[in-house]
Amino acid sequence: MGRGLYEAITDGILGGGVYALMAVGLTLIFGVLDIINIAQGILVVLAAYLSYVLSVHLHIDLFLGLLITGPAMFVIGIAIYWAFIRPLRGRERTSMSLLASYAVAIIIEGVLYLIFGSNDQNLHASYVTSALKLFGFYLPYIYLYGFALAVALVAALYLTLYRTQFGRSVRATMQDRTAARLIGIDVNRVAAITFGIGVAVTAAGGMVFGATGGGFSPNTGYDLISRLLAIIILGGLGSIGGAMVAAVFMITLEGVVDWFWSPSWSVVVFYAALVLVLAFRPAGLLGHKAARAQ
Amino acid sequence: MNRKTALLAGGTVLVLAVIAVFPLVVTNTLDTEFAVLTLMFVAAVAGWNLFSGYSGYISLGHAVFFGVGAYTVALLTEHWHLNGGQIFALIPLGALMAAVFAVPVGLIALRVRRHTFVVITIAVFFIFQLMAYNFSFTGGTDGISTPFFSWSPATYNNPFYYAAFVLAVAAVALGWAIRGSRFGLQLLAIRDDEDRARGLGVRTWRVKLIAFMISAAVVGAVGGLWFIFIGQVLPETGFDPIFDLSVALMAFLGGFGTIAGPVLGALILEPLQQYVSIEFTNGYIGEVFLGLLFLAVILFLPRGIVPTGSERLTAWRARRQRRGQPAPGPGRPAAAAAPPQATSTETVR
Repeated sequence: MGRGLYEAITDGILGGGVYALMAVGLTLIFGVLDIINIAQGILVVLAAYLSYVLSVHLHIDLFLGLLITGPAMFVIGIAIYWAFIRPLRGRERTSMSLLASYAVAIIIEGVLYLIFGSNDQNLHASYVTSALKLFGFYLPYIYLYGFALAVALVAALYLTLYRTQFGRSVRATMQDRTAARLIGIDVNRVAAITFGIGVAVTAAGGMVFGATGGGFSPNTGYDLISRLLAIIILGGLGSIGGAMVAAVFMITLEGVVDWFWSPSWSVVVFYAALVLVLAFRPAGLLGHKAARAQ
Repeated sequence: MNRKTALLAGGTVLVLAVIAVFPLVVTNTLDTEFAVLTLMFVAAVAGWNLFSGYSGYISLGHAVFFGVGAYTVALLTEHWHLNGGQIFALIPLGALMAAVFAVPVGLIALRVRRHTFVVITIAVFFIFQLMAYNFSFTGGTDGISTPFFSWSPATYNNPFYYAAFVLAVAAVALGWAIRGSRFGLQLLAIRDDEDRARGLGVRTWRVKLIAFMISAAVVGAVGGLWFIFIGQVLPETGFDPIFDLSVALMAFLGGFGTIAGPVLGALILEPLQQYVSIEFTNGYIGEVFLGLLFLAVILFLPRGIVPTGSERLTAWRARRQRRGQPAPGPGRPAAAAAPPQATSTETVR
C-alpha cells in the first residue's frame, strides 16, 4: 500500500510525542529563566551519542541506559547553567544567554565531531528492527515505546510542576521572579534545577530520536534546534501545554506534506506554518497575549 | 572638545590611510585575500549593527540578505552573460533586492518582541536556505558560478579590496550619520523602552522597518561583492549560519550599538578566524576554538571593547583630575587607534 496518509499521521503523532518531550524542556527553561537554550538541539544529539556508547560498548539496553544518561544530562545541564548562564547580568542578559548557549552548542558540536566523526549513526536494538502491523503498514515497536516513554515523562513533569512543593516554586518563579524571592524561594536553586531538568529530558528525547530518526550526526543539532524553536514559539513561549500541542501538530504536518508533496518541501512548509501562525497570533497558539512584552 | 574632535578626525584619517595603502605594501595574495574578507565583514557588521545594535532587536538571520545579494548578482551575471568589471555595477541591484526582501521578512518578524524576533529570524533564514536548495533557478545544490576574471594574479585581489573598502567606509559612515540623526535617536529610544517611545510619538513600526531595510541593503551589497570575489555561491555558503553568528559576535566584541565597535570587532575577529582555519587543518578544532572565544567575550567583555574601554578611559581621567595633576601635552603616547575611537561614542551620545 506504500506510504499512506495513515502512516504519515501515525508517524507524526508518535514522533511528535518525542519532540514534545524535548520542546517541553526548552520551554520550561525559558519560562523560569527567561532565556532560550540554543544548545538544546546539540544536547539531544549528545544524549543520543551517550546512548550509542552505552549500547555498543557496554551492551546496555537503550531504555535501561536512560538511568545513566538521564542523570548525566542533568549534571551537564546544571554545569552549563552555573558556568555560562548564571554569570550573565544586565539589560542584554537574554540576548547574551542566547549567544552563550549558541557558543556552548558550537563547542559540543566540535567535540562530538572530534570524537565520533561526521558519519551518520543509528541506535540499534531488537525493538528498533521488529515492527507491529497496523492499518496495513509496519510500525517499528520503538515508535510505540518511545511515545509511551515521552507521554510518561511529560506526565511526570506535569505532576511535578502542579502537585509538588518544588513545582509550586518553579511556577512562582515563572510568574514573578522578584515576588518569588520575597516569599522565600531560593530562585537561583530553582533556576539551576529547572535548567538541569530541561536538559535531562534530552536523554530520553535523544535516545528515541536516535533510534527512530534517519540517523544522527553532530550536524543534526542545527536541524533539531530550529524545529524545537519553531515548536515552542508556535506553542507560545513558556507554555508547556502549547509546546506539546505544537510539537504533535508540526511533526504531523511535516509528515503529511512529506507524503503528499515531497520531503524537500516539507521542511519549508514547517517553517512557513510558523511564520503564518505568527502573522496572525504573535504570541503563539496558546501563548498569553503580549506574553513577556519586553 | 576641539582637541577631541581633532584627535578623532586624525585617528580616522590615519586608519583610512593605512587601509588604503595596505595592498600596495602587502602583496602576498593570501594576506590580501584575508584583508578583502575582513573589510567585507567590517561592512556587514556595520550594516547589521545599524539595525540590531541601535534598535536592540538581535537578528540572527542577516545571512538571508547576504544570500539574496549574492544570488541576485549571480543570477543577473548569468542572465546577461556579463564578465569583467561590469559585474561590479550589479552590486547596487543586489543591495536593492535585499532591501525589497527585507520588507516581507520585517513585516512578519517585527511584529514580535525581542526573543521571538531572534527565533523568527533564524526560522526565516532556514526557509531561505531550503528554498535555495529546492528551486531550480538557484541551481539547487550546485549553486551558481561565474567565470574567473583574466586579471593578473599578482594584483587580482586589489579591485575587490578597494570595492570592499568603499563598502566598509560607506556602511560605517551610514551608521555614523544615522546615530547622530533624529531617526537614530528614535531607534535608540526603541532599544531603551519601545512602549514609552511609542507613547512619545515615535512611529516605532515604520522606524524599525526602515532601519531593517537599510541594514539589509548594506549586507546585500556585501553579499553581491562576496559572490564576485569567490566566484561561486552555494545554498550553504550564501545562506551560512556561521555568518549570522560571526556578525553578531563581532558586534558584541567591539561594542554593540556603537559606531567604532563593529569595525574593531570585525578587524580583530575575522583575521583571527582565518588564521585559526589555516592553523588547524582539522576544522573541528577551529570550531571549538571559536566557541570558546565566543564564551570568553560574553563572560569577560559582555559590553564590548569600546564601551568598556571608554568607561575605563573616563575613570582614568577622573582619577587623574582628582589627584590634581595637569593633563600631559598634546603628544599623548596613547594616541593609538582604539582610544580616540572609544571617545567617539561619548561625543555622539
